[in-house]
Amino acid sequence: GLFVWRLRSTGARQIPCRFVHLYHMASNRLITFQYFNFLKRMYVTQCNKDLSQRAKPKSDSIVSPFHELQQLDQEKKVVHKISSVSPVHQSWSEMSSRNELREMKSAAETEDSVIPGGAESKEDRQWKEMKLQLDDLPGILARLSKIKLTALVVSTASAGFAMAPVPFELTCFLLASLGTGLASCAANSINQFFEVPFDSNMNRTKNRPLVRGQISPLLAVCFAAACGIPGIALLTLGVNPLTGALGAFNIFLYTCCYTPLKRMSIANTWVGAVVGAIPPVMGWTAATGSLDAGALLLGGILYSWQFPHFNALSWGLREDYSRGGYCMMSVTHPGLCRRVALRHCLALIGLSTVAPVLNITTWTFPVISLPINLYISYLGFRFYRDADRSSSRKLFFCSLWHLPMLLLVMFTCKKSVLEKEDKGKLRGGSHEMAMEIRLP
Amino acid sequence: PPAHSHRDWIGPPDKHSNLRPVIFYVPPEESALERRLREARQEAQASNQRFWARHNRAFRQEKEEFIYSRLKAKGLEMRDESGQKATLNAEEMADFYKDFLSKNLKKHLQYNRDWYKHNFKITFLMGQVALVRALRWLRRRKKNVEQ
Repeated sequence: GLFVWRLRSTGARQIPCRFVHLYHMASNRLITFQYFNFLKRMYVTQCNKDLSQRAKPKSDSIVSPFHELQQLDQEKKVVHKISSVSPVHQSWSEMSSRNELREMKSAAETEDSVIPGGAESKEDRQWKEMKLQLDDLPGILARLSKIKLTALVVSTASAGFAMAPVPFELTCFLLASLGTGLASCAANSINQFFEVPFDSNMNRTKNRPLVRGQISPLLAVCFAAACGIPGIALLTLGVNPLTGALGAFNIFLYTCCYTPLKRMSIANTWVGAVVGAIPPVMGWTAATGSLDAGALLLGGILYSWQFPHFNALSWGLREDYSRGGYCMMSVTHPGLCRRVALRHCLALIGLSTVAPVLNITTWTFPVISLPINLYISYLGFRFYRDADRSSSRKLFFCSLWHLPMLLLVMFTCKKSVLEKEDKGKLRGGSHEMAMEIRLP
Repeated sequence: PPAHSHRDWIGPPDKHSNLRPVIFYVPPEESALERRLREARQEAQASNQRFWARHNRAFRQEKEEFIYSRLKAKGLEMRDESGQKATLNAEEMADFYKDFLSKNLKKHLQYNRDWYKHNFKITFLMGQVALVRALRWLRRRKKNVEQ
């Protein structure tokens, strides 16, 4: 059915209304549609929750623009960190951590510290018994596995699955999504396990379960194993070994490469972008069983997207990164940070043009996607030139709707499987074509 | 935390280190393994606390010094007429952040190594303790069933 998404005006960043029209257009394309809505709804609800909890201190005249950013960042970050899931830089864990929003305090501009919402901080100041509360366990595990980020990662993987030029198989799709989701949970849990003291020191992450002592590190590791092993097994045995291998590799890349690298060199951003790019590739290989050019293109699009997304976000978090000891381009090589963001915005235009060449989409795709790609490139250029908070915020928020839009348009322009086969060579058997998603 | 409690208690974040202190419960019949676990956790806690308290203090101090020196170079005072503390904008602070990060990189690398070692050791000991407790519980249950 049609999902009606209502914009709640709370002063939060409002996503342009023109997308509502697209919803109607895509009413029968449930996958990307739901993903898109879910994404938007999440941002709006996050913004609402966030703003309602915040008590504005009188000295702080600047409405923390990054408050929403923090929440979104959190989400994004989660996405990024999820190694096996969506390529969204943030989506997995880091980038994927769109989910993780850091509390932006431009320390240089406000002297007093921002006091978070009342109830939360009061609870925070009490001594708590270190006992595992079974009632809270689902919530704790959800936060440990960065469930929202995991969801975003799974949706990018399903985008990859949907774009593959094969008839749609529901069981394969569900197994691939479940396996990817489990792998993502595992990777996120291990990431949080590694980063406890650093998370305590950053405003965005200081309420995580391990930081608050709600769960023991042993339990976190056991949970990660309980998710990761079945997840990868499911992918290897239930889908195909290639997808399983990619999932396992992504978990490794995220937990053992990206997480330690964050504190050692700026190369972490590129590794993280790969982490974000792998989930749609996994979706594609789950559907087709092979690594075609199409899979790499989709991965490439998500890889490139990570940079404007993450670089713009990290621009506002330089203080926390500096104090926390994280090596990020925005702190150490600010010029490079902006150049790379712009470069990859432009690369998105190029990659969108390659899609029809590889027979993944029709030629309408580069045409329709050109406006949004040009817009993000324009914002990337403004960020490059101005290098200030407002341009970085604009770029970041644009990236949030740009990716779902791009994937949606890509899906609507997907080259139908039937078009590619000769009419005479149509394979019989309705069961093969039964689940195919038809374009209008 | 109440004196009669049989569990560890975790407190609010420390003002300097932002880490949450844990008060460990010492059971009367603590085994050697459990004692090693508790001591490892205490040692890690102390080491983390020392590092972050010192690090955060250095950050705050150096930031103040930076702001002061920059303001002086611009010919401004620390506080303007209305008594508000003068601040620098984000772009000016960026130089400080970059500098601070590169100065402390080696310190962080060393700390990372130590933290990972502590973390693995503690988790491994926790696993051992949990295993021993589980076996003990199973043995006790078997004894009860037999009786």
